[in-house]
Amino acid sequence: MFEKIWRAHEVVPETAEAPAVLYIDLHLTHEVTSPQAFTALRERGIRVLRPERTLATLDHATPTDSRQVFGGVPIRIESAARQIAELERNAADFGVELLGLRSGRRGIVHVIGPELGLTQPGMTIVCGDSHTSTHGAFGTLAFGIGTTEVGHVLATQCVLQRKPRILEIKIGGRLRAGITAKDLVLALIGRLGVAGGAGQVIEYRGEAISALSMDERMTVCNMSIEAGARAGMIAPDEVTFEYLRGRPHAPTGADWDRALEAWRELPGDADAVFDREFAFDAATVEPMISYGTNPGMVMPVGGRIPERDEESFLKALRYMGFEPGEAMAGKAVNVVFIGSCTNARLSDLRAAAAVMRGRRVAQGVRMLVVPGSQQVKQAAEAERLHEVFVAAGAEWRESGCSMCVGINGDTAGVGQYVVSTSNRNFEGRQGQGARTLLASPATAAAAAITGRVTDPREFAR
Amino acid sequence: MSAMPSIVSRTVVLPAANIDTDQIFPARFLTATGREGHGDALFADWRLDAAGRQRPDFPLNAPEARGAEILVTGHNFGGGSSREHAAWALRDFGIRAVISDSIADIFFSNALKNGLVPVRIDAPTHAWLLANSGAVVEIDVAKSEVVLPDGRRSTFPLDPFARYCLVQGIDELGYLLERLPEIEAWEGARTR
Repeated sequence: MFEKIWRAHEVVPETAEAPAVLYIDLHLTHEVTSPQAFTALRERGIRVLRPERTLATLDHATPTDSRQVFGGVPIRIESAARQIAELERNAADFGVELLGLRSGRRGIVHVIGPELGLTQPGMTIVCGDSHTSTHGAFGTLAFGIGTTEVGHVLATQCVLQRKPRILEIKIGGRLRAGITAKDLVLALIGRLGVAGGAGQVIEYRGEAISALSMDERMTVCNMSIEAGARAGMIAPDEVTFEYLRGRPHAPTGADWDRALEAWRELPGDADAVFDREFAFDAATVEPMISYGTNPGMVMPVGGRIPERDEESFLKALRYMGFEPGEAMAGKAVNVVFIGSCTNARLSDLRAAAAVMRGRRVAQGVRMLVVPGSQQVKQAAEAERLHEVFVAAGAEWRESGCSMCVGINGDTAGVGQYVVSTSNRNFEGRQGQGARTLLASPATAAAAAITGRVTDPREFAR
Repeated sequence: MSAMPSIVSRTVVLPAANIDTDQIFPARFLTATGREGHGDALFADWRLDAAGRQRPDFPLNAPEARGAEILVTGHNFGGGSSREHAAWALRDFGIRAVISDSIADIFFSNALKNGLVPVRIDAPTHAWLLANSGAVVEIDVAKSEVVLPDGRRSTFPLDPFARYCLVQGIDELGYLLERLPEIEAWEGARTR
């Protein structure tokens, strides 16, 4: 599949001397990694070559407080307000569509691409954001780029790329009841390590992958970057096509039939050759949680922190305030965050609400629920999920990256423990000195209720 | 970007493994809209205390690290976010090359676009460099070689195109803009 997509987008094939000129079908952009790219174009007097192939949104530094989004209250962080204003100006000046602050279609860049049907099998997609790997769930080649490359795409609709190696990860078996795609991908990163996928694109295959919904496949591909991989891909199938049918930007009528025919040709031959292969059994996966300061430092919720005598490992545990050999279950938590491009789609909110229904957030715990997009928010409200969260004492907010990256002011305090459905537990990721415990929406919701790290299966009904 | 045939400098060592881009450039500084002046944010949470004073135990704050242009780090440098600010901040601080046994892909690519040489070196040379902070080392970009003080040379992988751009100070956008006729012809052929 990778090879077919790569070849179909090579404007100039790579040689020993020069990388390939690779055509980009869809470029997504946001306020944080684009300003310097637009400035570079302005300085050189260059226009955007194909404005219709770029879509801009506001997510990273954008407030999730309703009053700042809709209520006329000024955006509290002035530099964020300036950045938002700059993208508004750049989009207008260069003729790029922006889903603005009050747009009902605005949201996290990797949630809205699929939701609007912009992300389609066989495409190349880039964005100045490492979690662009999310879109690979549709059988696209999608990867994160830096700001200089954002400028390249704006100016030429192309990037310079060397062909990566392909790592096939075959996931057999089935996830057991109460185990989620987030647990699966955390367990996988624990095995691969945070540099295990370096220089590679992961192609996920196998029975356990085929059984996943699109939302779940996106969670898996999203975190490919946390194993160091450039991209993650899953071959499109009927689940993919059903998801796309009827989406605003999906083809219709005869175009749909033609697209479907092309998409069905994408999956690789049964005898495709991979540079490296790795097998994994989904049936062994437990509810997972991170205990350290990178996403490879993960363990089953019911397990014990490993014991290793290695300075970087011990440094991570010192930051977290944990000891080797300790149990994680029962550890007190201060904040619970349900959100991010990893786990803020409708099914994630449903999973959290199923645990929370009729229950209260524990005394002293702050819980934020941040939908991945305004459309997810609306759909959740139509199902009255927000009432479950609000009745429990959680904050129901506007969409955005929020506490996943903590740029917009949604942060935790020094030393606080955050059970988070996001993707990175790096030092200070959710606020200076804050300590992140990565987990699934169900595990996060269970922690909110008990105020402690808890196996969500205790709340299964 | 200016041409860069070689770098000769003392090294400064950060031995931690898996130093991610959130440590190199903490997210709260990401609301900047320019490319310049990001050196102040470099490793801000490791380099400075809550009051903004330099932490004496952080290697980049040591008097002997002043002026060092080569940063040697533990295994797997630059993972995580795609923020190019990490490369900008290192350059702005005065770092011209980063050496590790493994460097994350997006950071590697961003570094090359900003005249910061990312050096993925073999394990024995990496171990020697980690153990000898302050050694004067040469990075010969044109030959893709690290030269240790005793004259030992280790080659490191650098794409010929990236090397050419670094050595000549050429910017990739210029190269791509020259391909525009091919790009537009390709687009035309695809839609027909």
